[in-house]
Amino acid sequence: MADLSARLAARVREASEQRQPLRLAGSGSKAFLSDAAHGEPLELRGHEGIVSYQPRELVVRARAGTRLADLEALLAGNRQMLAFEPPAFGADATLGGAIACGLSGPRRPYVGAARDFVLGAQLIDGRGQRLRFGGEVMKNVAGYDVSRLMVGAFGSLGVLLDVSLKVLPRPQQETTLVLEHALTDALARMNRLASRALPLSAASWHAGVMRLRLSGAAEAVASAAREIGGERQADGEAYWQALREQRLEFFDPARLGGARLWRLSLPPTRPPLDLEGDCLLDWGGAQRWLISELTPEVVRRAAAEAGGHATCFRGPAPEDGRFHPLTPAMRRLHQRLKQVFDPRAILNPGLPCRTP
Amino acid sequence: MPAETRPPDAKAKLLAGLREILPSEAIIAQREALRPYECDGLPAYRQTPLVAVLPGTIAQVQSIMRLCSRLAVPVVARGAATGLSGGALPLADGLLLGLARFDRILSLDPLARTARVQPGVRNLAISEAAAAHGLYYAPDPSSQIACTIGGNIAENSGGVHCLKYGLTVHNLLELKLVTADGELLTIGGESLDAAGYDLLALLTGSEGMLGIVVEALVRLLPKPPVARVLLAAFDEVGRAADAVGELIAAGIVPAGLEMMDRLAIRAAEDFVHAGYPVDAGAMLLCELDGTPEEVASQLECAIRVLRAAGASELREARDEAERALFWKGRKSAFPAVGRLAPDYYCMDGTVPRGRLAEVLEGIAERSRRYGLPVANVFHAGDGNLHPLILYDANDPEQLRKAEDFGAEILELSVAVGGSITGEHGVGQEKLHQMCVQFGPAELACFRDLKQAFDPAGLLNPGKAIPQPRHCSEYRELGGDTLTPPSRRGGLDG
Ligand SMILES: Cc1cc2nc3c(=O)[nH]c(=O)nc-3n(C[C@H](O)[C@H](O)[C@H](O)COP(=O)(O)OP(=O)(O)OC[C@H]3O[C@@H](n4cnc5c(N)ncnc54)[C@H](O)[C@@H]3O)c2cc1C
Repeated sequence: MADLSARLAARVREASEQRQPLRLAGSGSKAFLSDAAHGEPLELRGHEGIVSYQPRELVVRARAGTRLADLEALLAGNRQMLAFEPPAFGADATLGGAIACGLSGPRRPYVGAARDFVLGAQLIDGRGQRLRFGGEVMKNVAGYDVSRLMVGAFGSLGVLLDVSLKVLPRPQQETTLVLEHALTDALARMNRLASRALPLSAASWHAGVMRLRLSGAAEAVASAAREIGGERQADGEAYWQALREQRLEFFDPARLGGARLWRLSLPPTRPPLDLEGDCLLDWGGAQRWLISELTPEVVRRAAAEAGGHATCFRGPAPEDGRFHPLTPAMRRLHQRLKQVFDPRAILNPGLPCRTP
Repeated sequence: MPAETRPPDAKAKLLAGLREILPSEAIIAQREALRPYECDGLPAYRQTPLVAVLPGTIAQVQSIMRLCSRLAVPVVARGAATGLSGGALPLADGLLLGLARFDRILSLDPLARTARVQPGVRNLAISEAAAAHGLYYAPDPSSQIACTIGGNIAENSGGVHCLKYGLTVHNLLELKLVTADGELLTIGGESLDAAGYDLLALLTGSEGMLGIVVEALVRLLPKPPVARVLLAAFDEVGRAADAVGELIAAGIVPAGLEMMDRLAIRAAEDFVHAGYPVDAGAMLLCELDGTPEEVASQLECAIRVLRAAGASELREARDEAERALFWKGRKSAFPAVGRLAPDYYCMDGTVPRGRLAEVLEGIAERSRRYGLPVANVFHAGDGNLHPLILYDANDPEQLRKAEDFGAEILELSVAVGGSITGEHGVGQEKLHQMCVQFGPAELACFRDLKQAFDPAGLLNPGKAIPQPRHCSEYRELGGDTLTPPSRRGGLDG
């Protein structure tokens, strides 16, 4: 437990005066995504600890350097959870890194993303000022929603000091069903099931196999499982965990060779894109992983035409960065926002969209 | 710019420009015809705008914004004007941009569970259109028969179901925004996230100050096959508040968890005859929804918890008709309480659930001190209070007391770690309390953010984000014990 806020703020202030770029460093578990950032490392891991946790408020506030694993263990001890199932990608992944990257796991389409659970945040802006937005209450519309703006900003708008999150009770029971379906049928079925009031909490597909997770009261899960059919997977939770952490064989880096792993974020009902490569569906079809040797231009154009966007997760970074390029108007707006929080562009320069 | 410093031909110039964009019936310039536009749901603040317009296409909105940018005329957007913080209050030298004609549901995709709507579509109309597909739009403000989705987005509105299903921000996928200089931006999309910063979150709840919402894509949810509601009566408010915490601690996330105190119960009962327990100190409405099995399991648990928490009476709505009646009482509680006094002033602070009992006691104590009755009817599950202060606006002394009392309640909410507004927004009304909730650095950040979208400060200027001088004046005047005279500026009607 250590509160390094004052020291970190002083360091950012000093860097700002010297116009010294800073690369925000947690445990490095997601550094592969933020490899465009450059600068002196600003070590954030020491700033850790739970600031407050009252299970009956359904809120936890923790310092950004807190290990995600420690936080999740604390919640599990109280039969609660981070419902957006943040991927850790490493044993020492920090809460701050998870929020800054804004990634969410298999439960996302059914309960919400990281940004949906953020209630408040304290941060250091690019001038070294400490700012506090939001709070620990469920509803708060005073002022602009800056805490949610930080989610997925990859630290380019501020150094997160602590974050308040809404937590949810753990479901009484979870069951995983395995069904055989061709891709097009699987997509259609996932969407049809999601438009009915069923206790669905995850849906994935790869190589002819669709998996569904059901969560809720034991009787509700049993009744939905009877209706949907298929086989039960004995170690269901291990499967979803491996999907979330990209430890399934599909994600094995050895398979990649010179290819890239793309994350396609698409409207969930979009038919399969005509792109050469191996494809795995998560989020009921709204998040599709593609291993492909196609050029970034081709992948991105297809994603954009389908109403979504593409991020290059693994493999060589495309020339214009890992993240989907913005339209000129949006890019100007992003630059103005960067100016608001970090006028000297010292925080994680290069992220999340390369400034020209 | 205040009205008197404008050249007298400003209105003529604006009208000439507008006539090139809009048919004459979409332009309102006569003083009498402008009357209906002079306030929103907070009628204590009134102001006639210079001109009001009712465009019907996105291109017209863009042209209007370009014209206003050129002439430096400020613009206030208006949905159904049910807002409770003066957010849609016009400016004397400004244009009022009514979005009432944008009232079409453009498409509904049952498989993708989305609806594409124009901003003037009423909140309830979306659920009505989705019902045929077994879907609905979850955020359900009590004003849902009237309020528009554009207003909901601008306020990040909630409703009785947001503890389980979220606020507007959680149920929005994309919006089309016309910026201050007339540019059309698409924010978000049909996918669950978009590249770049989460501008959708930033824009939701931005009170019409960053852009004009001209289209939205909202998420629809499957309608739960079963919903059951429990009515639990308690001898005193504190016990009911504690029961709220016990329910959550038991792992239940109710679809709705609302509380009413004695004054509110009696007013609502007189109004709709819902069969409420008129002798109780407080009551909870606890709704559970989902599949039949899910609801059965939660219901059993909730009944056990509420009994143990000391409920003096516990009833489940017998059928759908009684369930609707229980909710009707709750949803019409504001107008019902409104019948008890010439006027009521609705507050909107949020507090951590664990502090509910203490804050309600604090409000009761102040009610005695000010000599003004208060009825409480609110979203207990979210800790979102709605104390209704009863007063007579024609009595200047009572008006002053009501405002001071309201300010004290908000400051009490901040003091226990809450917020001055959970869902009604800051608007014109709570500018001073912003100085209590935020420090100078955060407020400066908000002002910079506004500038990033609207460099000339033309969109709803003066609302939601106080200027530094507001805060220094407020502090000099003693903050929570006095309401500065400037606050009365708008109270002329
Ligand atoms: C009886 C009653 C009960 C209520 N209950 C609830 C409740 O349960 N929960 C809740 O959250 N609120 C509630 N409200 C408050 C109010 O209904 C909401 O704030 C609602 O979202 C306002 O919608 P509107 O269309 O009336 O917007 P308006 O009042 O017209 O405008 C509100 C704000 O939005 C801006 N705006 C409007 N349209 C646009 C647009 N297209 N683009 C940009 N800015 C725009 C306006 O400038 C203004 O700042 C209640 C109000 C009443 C009178």
